[in-house]
Amino acid sequence: MKYLASFLALFFSLNVSAGEWSGNIAAEYRYFSDAPLSATQHDNYTSISIQPEWFHEWDGGKQSLTFTPFLRQDQHDDERSHSDIRELTWLKAADDWELRIGIRKIFWGVTESQHLVDIINQTDLVENTDGEDKLGQPMVNVALIRDWGTLDLFVLPYFRERTFAGVEGRPRITIPIDTDNALYQSDKENQHIDYALRWQHSLGDWDIGLSHFYGTSRDPLFVPGPVLTPYYELIHQTGIDVQATLDAWLWKMEVIRRRGADNTYLAATGGFEYTFYGVMESSADIGLVMEYLYDDRGAMASTPFEDDLMLGVRLAMNDEASTEALVGIIDDQDSDSQILSIEASRRFGNNWKLNLEGRWFNHIAVNDPLYSFRNDDVVQLELAYYF
Amino acid sequence: MKGLILILGLSFAFTTVNAQTAEEKGLAIAVEADKRDQGWGDQKTQLKMILRNRHGEKSIRETHGKALEVKGDGDKSIIVFDTPRDVKGTAFLSYTHALKSDEQWLYLPALKRVKRISSSNKSGPFMGSEFAYEDISSQEVEKYKYKFIKDDKYNERDVFVMERYPQYKHSGYTKQIAWVDKEMYQPWKIEFYDRKGSLLKTLTQHDYKQYLGKYWRPARMEMVNHLTGKSTTLLWLSYKFKNSFKARDFDRNSLKRAR
Repeated sequence: MKYLASFLALFFSLNVSAGEWSGNIAAEYRYFSDAPLSATQHDNYTSISIQPEWFHEWDGGKQSLTFTPFLRQDQHDDERSHSDIRELTWLKAADDWELRIGIRKIFWGVTESQHLVDIINQTDLVENTDGEDKLGQPMVNVALIRDWGTLDLFVLPYFRERTFAGVEGRPRITIPIDTDNALYQSDKENQHIDYALRWQHSLGDWDIGLSHFYGTSRDPLFVPGPVLTPYYELIHQTGIDVQATLDAWLWKMEVIRRRGADNTYLAATGGFEYTFYGVMESSADIGLVMEYLYDDRGAMASTPFEDDLMLGVRLAMNDEASTEALVGIIDDQDSDSQILSIEASRRFGNNWKLNLEGRWFNHIAVNDPLYSFRNDDVVQLELAYYF
Repeated sequence: MKGLILILGLSFAFTTVNAQTAEEKGLAIAVEADKRDQGWGDQKTQLKMILRNRHGEKSIRETHGKALEVKGDGDKSIIVFDTPRDVKGTAFLSYTHALKSDEQWLYLPALKRVKRISSSNKSGPFMGSEFAYEDISSQEVEKYKYKFIKDDKYNERDVFVMERYPQYKHSGYTKQIAWVDKEMYQPWKIEFYDRKGSLLKTLTQHDYKQYLGKYWRPARMEMVNHLTGKSTTLLWLSYKFKNSFKARDFDRNSLKRAR
C-alpha cells in the first residue's frame, strides 16, 4: 500500500491539467433466466461502471504517465461493487530499450478460447467469467529491443488476489469463498516477489513468443471446509505461443508447462481462424475459429477445459457503426458439457456503444468445475458512453 | 539497380517515342511518377475522414499517423485512431510490399493485445469508409501493369490518361483508369472497376501542395461509391516531413506505445 501511495504522490505532484482525459461510463443489465441455486441470489442485476484515463506525455513522446482508475457499483453483489487501479505507469522509451514502472496490464498469447500463456495479471473474475478482465499488476518492466527480438524482464513485487462473486452475486461457486483469509505457500504471502521474462519476435509470417514465470500462481487452489479458502502456491510456468499468418489463415498454438509444489502439468490450445473477406459481394467478413483445448491432468484439471473443442463464427460488418458479433461453443469431448456464448456490439452516433453478451451452460456434468454455474445462463446488455 | 533500369527506361522513352507501345509508355509514366516521389524519407500526418451514407448522414473519424519510406520495398506505417472514442488508441501497423503479402498488426488498447492480422483483406473497407486498404497503402510500380490511353485535359491541365491493372493478390479491382498531371506526375482522378469490370468507385484529389520543394500531396480526397451511393472525404489536416523516424519507430513495441 505504501507502494501505491508513493505513485499517487508522484501522480499528483505533476500538473494533472497538463494531460488529456478519455474513458467510458457504462450501465449494465444482466438477466439470469433460471432460478438461482441459492436463495441469496437474484434474477436481475443492474450496475454502473466508470473507467476514465488520464494520459500525459513529454520528452517528444519518449516519456509518459498513464492513470486509469476503475469503479463498479453493483445493485446486489458487494464483491462486484469494487474499484481498482487498472494502470498507473511511468514509461521511458529509448532506441533499444523501454522502461515501465507502475501498475499495468500485460497480455501475452494468440489463441481466442482461453489464454494459457497470459500470466502476469490476476483475473478480475467478478467483472466477467470469461476471464478477460484483469486487475492492475504492480511491476518494473524493462524491454530490450534487439535485432533478434524483444526481451521483456519483469519484477512483480506485489500479488493481487482473485476476485470472486459475493453471496448475492451470480454466477458463483455454490460454497462461499472466504476471500478475507487467503492462504499462501510462501511465508511472504502477497509480498512475495515474482519474476518473469519473455522473448518475442516476428519472422516473416511467424510471430513467436517464449516466456517463463516464477512466483505466486494467479490461479488459486481451494482448501475445503464450510467455506472455501483460496490457497496460492508458488509455481514455475514456461510458455510458448506461435502464430503463423498465411493469407486468410491464422494458425495458432499456445503450450504451457506448470510446476507447482507437488504437481507438474502440461496444457495446450491450438487451432486456426479462417476469414472469408467481402462475403457475397458485401463488405462484411466472416471468420471461422476452431481450437482444441487440452490439459494433461484430465478430470483432475482445475479448469473445465481438459479435452474440449471450441468452434466459433466471427462476423464483422465493416460498416460505419463497427457492427460485430462472435458466436462460440466450447464442447467437452468426455461429457456432454457445453458452453454457448454470444458477443455482439454496435456503435450509435460517435460516442455510444451497445454491447450484448449471452452465455448458456448446457448439460454440465457433476464433476465439471462449471457445475456450480449450471443454472446461471445469462444475457447481458451494456450501454457505454465514451468520452 | 532500380535506378539503372529507370534511366534506361527514360532514355528509351525519349528516343523512341513513336515506336513505344501503349504498355511501355504507361510503365514509363508510372516509373517517372515513382522516381519523382522518392526520397521523402518519413512523414507525420493528421487525417479527418467524413463518411456519408446515401441519405447524406455524416460520421466522422479522426486519425493520426506516421510513415517511413523503405528503399526498394513498400513503406512502413502506423495509424492511430482518435475518434470515434470507443476505438481511441487502437493502432494499425503495416509493412507493405510490392507483390508479396503485406505484414499487419493491430493493437487493441482495452485488451492491451497486439494481434497479427491477415493482409488478405485488401479490398475490404478501411474503418467503414469507401476507401479500401489497397487504396490507401503505398503505391509501388510493381503492383500494377500499365497502359497509356491518351493525352487529355483535366480542369484545364494537361494529363496522361492511363489504365493500370493490379498484379497483387486479393485486389477487388480488375482495372483502374487514372488521370495523371503531366507536371506533377500525380493523379487528379482515378476510376476503380470491380471484378466484373463495371465502374465501382471514383476518386478525385484536390488542393495539391508541394512539400520540401518536391513532393506533391493532396489536401482533400473524395471517393464516391457508385454502387451504394455512399461517399468518403479524406481531409489531410497536416503533413510534416523530416521527423528522423527509424525502423524502430515502426515495430510492435512502438505500436503499443502509439497514442
